[in-house]
Amino acid sequence: MKTFPHLVACEHCDSVYERTPLALGQLARCERCDAILYRASRLDVDRWLALTVAAAIVFVMANVCPVIYISFKGLHNEATLWASAAALAHGPAAPIAVPTAMSIIIVPFLQISLLGWVLMYARFGKRAPGFERAMRMLVALRPWSMVEVCLLGILVAVIKLSGFLQVAPGAGIWATALLMILLTLIANRDIHWLWEITEPARSAEEVQA
Amino acid sequence: MTGAVSARRLGVVSCHACGLVCQDTLPQEITPQAAHDPHVPGSDAPDNADRGRSYHVDCPRCGAPLHRRRPNSIARAWALLLAGLIFYIPANVLPVMYTSLMGKGSENTIMQGVIEFWKSGSYGIALVIFIASVLVPCTKFLVLGVLFVTSQRRSRWAMKERAKLYRMVELVGYWSMLDVLVVAVVAALVKFQGLSDIEPRIGILFFGMVVIMTMLSAMSFDPRLIWDGDTE
Repeated sequence: MKTFPHLVACEHCDSVYERTPLALGQLARCERCDAILYRASRLDVDRWLALTVAAAIVFVMANVCPVIYISFKGLHNEATLWASAAALAHGPAAPIAVPTAMSIIIVPFLQISLLGWVLMYARFGKRAPGFERAMRMLVALRPWSMVEVCLLGILVAVIKLSGFLQVAPGAGIWATALLMILLTLIANRDIHWLWEITEPARSAEEVQA
Repeated sequence: MTGAVSARRLGVVSCHACGLVCQDTLPQEITPQAAHDPHVPGSDAPDNADRGRSYHVDCPRCGAPLHRRRPNSIARAWALLLAGLIFYIPANVLPVMYTSLMGKGSENTIMQGVIEFWKSGSYGIALVIFIASVLVPCTKFLVLGVLFVTSQRRSRWAMKERAKLYRMVELVGYWSMLDVLVVAVVAALVKFQGLSDIEPRIGILFFGMVVIMTMLSAMSFDPRLIWDGDTE
């Protein structure tokens, strides 16, 4: 099948354009529907990978450290992200715990690990084993990553509870805030150009032929 | 309208997953217009024998199946939107949270939660929850409904604005998950046996389902259908 890597089709209205190189920070918009076609990346692969490693560290902190401490009449309690998702698993609304855990823990984890895997090889212009699958998963995962919503949820919970008990932020809340910023930087960007800067590994059939 | 040429006219198709523009070798769609349109590709494709059979072509770069438009886009999108709409009723009528303080227990629905915040003077928070749990889902039902109807009728009305509306829905849709996360955090924290307890209730499950269904509905809809009425 013939392919045309020099062309780009708008995902929103199907208009076809020729790709032109962009200056740093520029973006190409569709003439017809005004959607973003592609943008010039401000990050090279090394910086991207560095931010991904940072996100991984912050992710661990956000999951290990409690996000909120409360005390009430001499009793204390704390909650982590995991505990929050698990709290939904008790009672009649139990099934909702699964998408909740997915959106605040599992999806961000997969995004960070898949990006790390792909970028580690992309540094050397190579495609990681399972590159195709990883790239497709990264595209599919993006809408389900909800760390920013989680952070707002934690803040609303703090205000809700501060009415009748004492509430203090834990280290986890700062880690979650950082994770939100780092995830936006690493995962909400145009990953298409990774296809262009990496060489396809020769498949078994090609080697035989 | 503009000088932009559509992929369909050029006889190419772009991969949904990796964006690569490929030659269109998919079997021809059997539509009345296509039968008489010499520009529609496929007539010289090598797969004439397979025409009409269910058959797919994968992207040569990433392996995802290629489609000109997402398959059964409108039907799936409608089904998911209606499911969301149905779940929205129990999500609002049934309690989402049970709070007990010093032996006195009460159950709250989403709206009661908003009103409670408003009465206690936290107007900002009341507004945030109201926007995320009432305004956003309702707007989403309305906007997606309008988009599906107009695309089905191949309307040429306000195409650019409709395209923007679709992107807006995709952008704000997931913020509705807010209420689910608030209940999760609060329920995880307040567990003082006998003194005070907060537990999730069934309403939050329905509400979460509303968010997931409407997100899936928006994803199933192919925004390119908005432009298909524009035959240039």
